[in-house]
Amino acid sequence: MVEVQLRVNGTAHRLELDPRVSLLDALREHLGLTGTKKGCNQGACGACTVLVDGERITACLALAVQYGGREITTIEGVAHPLQQAFVRTDGFQCGYCTSGQICSALGMLAEVEAGAPSAVTEHLAEPAVALTDAEIRERMSGNLCRCGAYNGITDAIRETAGVPS
Amino acid sequence: MTQAPEKTRPSVERPADAEGPAVGRPVDRVDGTVKTSGEARYAAEFPFPDIAHAAMVHSTITRGRITGIDTAEATAVEGVLAVITHENAPKMVPPGRPTPLDLSSMAPGTRVNYLNTDEVHWNGQPVAVVVAESLEAAHAAARLVRVTYDALPATTDFAAAQADATPVKGNLLEIGEAKKGDAEAALAAAPVSVDATYTTPPQNHNAIEPHATTAVWDGDRLTVHEATQGIEWVRKHLAVRFGVPAANVRVIATYVGGGFGGKGAVWAGTLLAVLAAKATGRPVRMALTREAVYRTVGGRTPTRQRVALGAGRDGQLTALLHEGVSAVGRMGGRSEAVGSQSQHLYAARTVLIRHSTTEMDTVPNTFMRAPGEAVGSFALESAVDELAVELGVDPVQLRTRNEPERSPTDGKRFSRQNLGRVYADGAERFGWAARDPKPRSMRDGRRLIGWGVASAFHMPIQLPADVSVRLAADGTVLVRSSFHEIGVGAATAQAQIAADALGVPVDAVRVEHGDSDQPVGPMAGGSGQTASLAAAVLEACDRIKREALALARKAPGSPLRGRRPAELRATGSGLFRADLPPGAESAGETYAAILTRAGRGYLEARTGSDNRLRAAAGQARFMTRFLLDRRRWVRAAIGAHFCEVAVDEDTGEVRVTRWVGVFDVGRVVNAKTATSQLRGGIVMGIGAALGEETLLDPRTGRIMNPGLGEYHVPVHADVPAIDVTYLDEPDPTAPAGILGIGEVSIVGVAAAVANAVHHATGVRVRDLPVTLDRLL
Repeated sequence: MVEVQLRVNGTAHRLELDPRVSLLDALREHLGLTGTKKGCNQGACGACTVLVDGERITACLALAVQYGGREITTIEGVAHPLQQAFVRTDGFQCGYCTSGQICSALGMLAEVEAGAPSAVTEHLAEPAVALTDAEIRERMSGNLCRCGAYNGITDAIRETAGVPS
Repeated sequence: MTQAPEKTRPSVERPADAEGPAVGRPVDRVDGTVKTSGEARYAAEFPFPDIAHAAMVHSTITRGRITGIDTAEATAVEGVLAVITHENAPKMVPPGRPTPLDLSSMAPGTRVNYLNTDEVHWNGQPVAVVVAESLEAAHAAARLVRVTYDALPATTDFAAAQADATPVKGNLLEIGEAKKGDAEAALAAAPVSVDATYTTPPQNHNAIEPHATTAVWDGDRLTVHEATQGIEWVRKHLAVRFGVPAANVRVIATYVGGGFGGKGAVWAGTLLAVLAAKATGRPVRMALTREAVYRTVGGRTPTRQRVALGAGRDGQLTALLHEGVSAVGRMGGRSEAVGSQSQHLYAARTVLIRHSTTEMDTVPNTFMRAPGEAVGSFALESAVDELAVELGVDPVQLRTRNEPERSPTDGKRFSRQNLGRVYADGAERFGWAARDPKPRSMRDGRRLIGWGVASAFHMPIQLPADVSVRLAADGTVLVRSSFHEIGVGAATAQAQIAADALGVPVDAVRVEHGDSDQPVGPMAGGSGQTASLAAAVLEACDRIKREALALARKAPGSPLRGRRPAELRATGSGLFRADLPPGAESAGETYAAILTRAGRGYLEARTGSDNRLRAAAGQARFMTRFLLDRRRWVRAAIGAHFCEVAVDEDTGEVRVTRWVGVFDVGRVVNAKTATSQLRGGIVMGIGAALGEETLLDPRTGRIMNPGLGEYHVPVHADVPAIDVTYLDEPDPTAPAGILGIGEVSIVGVAAAVANAVHHATGVRVRDLPVTLDRLL
């Protein structure tokens, strides 16, 4: 057992953990924060996406003991107009990928804000990236939605980012 | 060339807060807030202080017997509570034979009595379960269970197994053979014909929530939190297998993270979680790994299909032949009815439809979104496109020219007939008239552009459904039924239906679902849940209104005194005379006024019966009505798909760049959720068209890509803005005019893509998925 201090949604937790425990399982099984979902446990579906110091990661591929002292934000700690936008645009059906989509989108918008290019960015030298639908889709492609709510998710992100369509 | 509308067009112009009926409006989902805040709990997310975690051990041989299991190393792992094998497992009652008298007898996914047998029937069958204090210990120990086997020869190569295929006889619920005239002779005599073979691979549902069960025994009472599309099937099946009365089993599935058919039957994880809880005396959670879902839950079975079409020079079909062979598991599974839509869709003078199956030693196959039609339409609609090319006729015209008056095979009437209309609407929205029919005639830089079409066709089923509706004196309404919210917006739709039936605002209606303590709801399958529930909700609301009127009619001060039901309408949270404006003095009164005067806190109506005999009689009546109805009508949801692809000339990479789908699905209850569900089927169809394939090693039958990294479902970047519209006209023969919408939109998608690829490249791909190696 290893002692680890996890700071989640602004609250510090001291946990005694098996060093094999993933950040995802620490959240779900040890802190009762089940809003973060387990879809594949191998980094392929994005359902477990959380924000660490504002950057998006897949919590299933992270060991909890490596995240002591970092600022972890899960869906339970998110209060953002994007959530209402998802409801308005019907950006989900079953809801199981939704927490990951929302956290991923928030991380993604910060990346765009910082001028990080993607595989579909046309002008890499430009300091600002235009958030086209193609950019949104490319950058959100690590988050699978088997219900196929992709159109609604793209609409929600575009609306919230304040980009005219 | 690409004319993609960047923003998805709204399908319906009526705003969510418009006056008038709730049905039809794009109402936000009632579970929107809990699903976007992480509050909604799924089967693996219910806390118990002494929960234990279970992990499966899978067989590494395909067929044979277990000769020994060494559990010493696994048992020694710290935190391990039990290693359960066939040598020490509690007994389960073997699953019985399915009977039409009780549909829940169809619940088991396989006939294998897990851990009660030393037999192995497929590669990946569970052979042991490890229960431990932690997830980590359970999964680590599962790898340390050493199993030895005597292997037997097995059938694992679908191509080779087809030689042993036997015909499907068919019955009331399953199509076998359909015949009209001498189709082979008509084909031989036809001036123009096509005759080709198509194949579709195994596919998996891949709901993002893996199957999970949390099982808690309290004496001989069992509570199960379950990821299921069929609460009642799970409840009854567990009762049979564990020898307790069904009344002792409670199944809870408030939210389910997607199903698509994969959570319809009862699979190993459910049974083994309950078994492990029994063996250890602890609440047990079995959350399947993604790999365990592939190895223990069936998927869509592979098919090989022949479609042959004969036509006159005018394009009139003279012969339609559709023959399919599909694999079934030796321990369960059913025929894939690929010819289902081919019986009804086109007016062919002669028809021959035949199905056969061949047994394989694989995990038994199961329902997956539009079983039969989803893959059958790939062959039929590809062949129609091939015929259009042969004839030099536009593929839209060829289809509408062959729209039948009555069902060509059996002469039954169609409840609706709008194939021509959906194609006309779609062609206009898509700009189809600008198409140059010549392959490789359109391009965008180095990308070849192609346009393709295909028809969608699906016959929704109806299911027995019971609900209770309670109208309180404060005007609020509570609807209860053990139906499933797997993402279709079921609770939202029923709130809208109840709101209109009682004349109350939608937000006055609360809907409780997903718990076997509620009146028995329908399973989420066959595109039947919404319409089946609507029938029950309308019946219950009707009884409440009659009871309310009965109270008011006798009351001296009531404006409804002496009125008959036919004179009234439910509106403004009460009953009012239909011949007077709702605001008029003495037009009627609110439920609140009626109930308060009568000294009643609420009125409640419940359909169906708690009594077992009466419930069984009710189910028998329902089945009789359903089957008689099926003899009378072909009741189908239909649609027309228009697809644009861009194919990289150098790499063969196919991108879907534009999609228009126009559907006739009867009345649409919720414009927002219906549009999403129709889009969702198209997205899954794009996956089947371009990437999805469960790869079996033909030597061992072992699934080689049991994960989302290797099985490719569509991602954001694969899906363009999808333009979905529908006719929105009630079907006069269906409950509340509603046809199901869960499956129709996947039907025809793969063919539309393959047809567009042919138009772009001149290459006809008859084997799914259309991967780039098939274009180079």
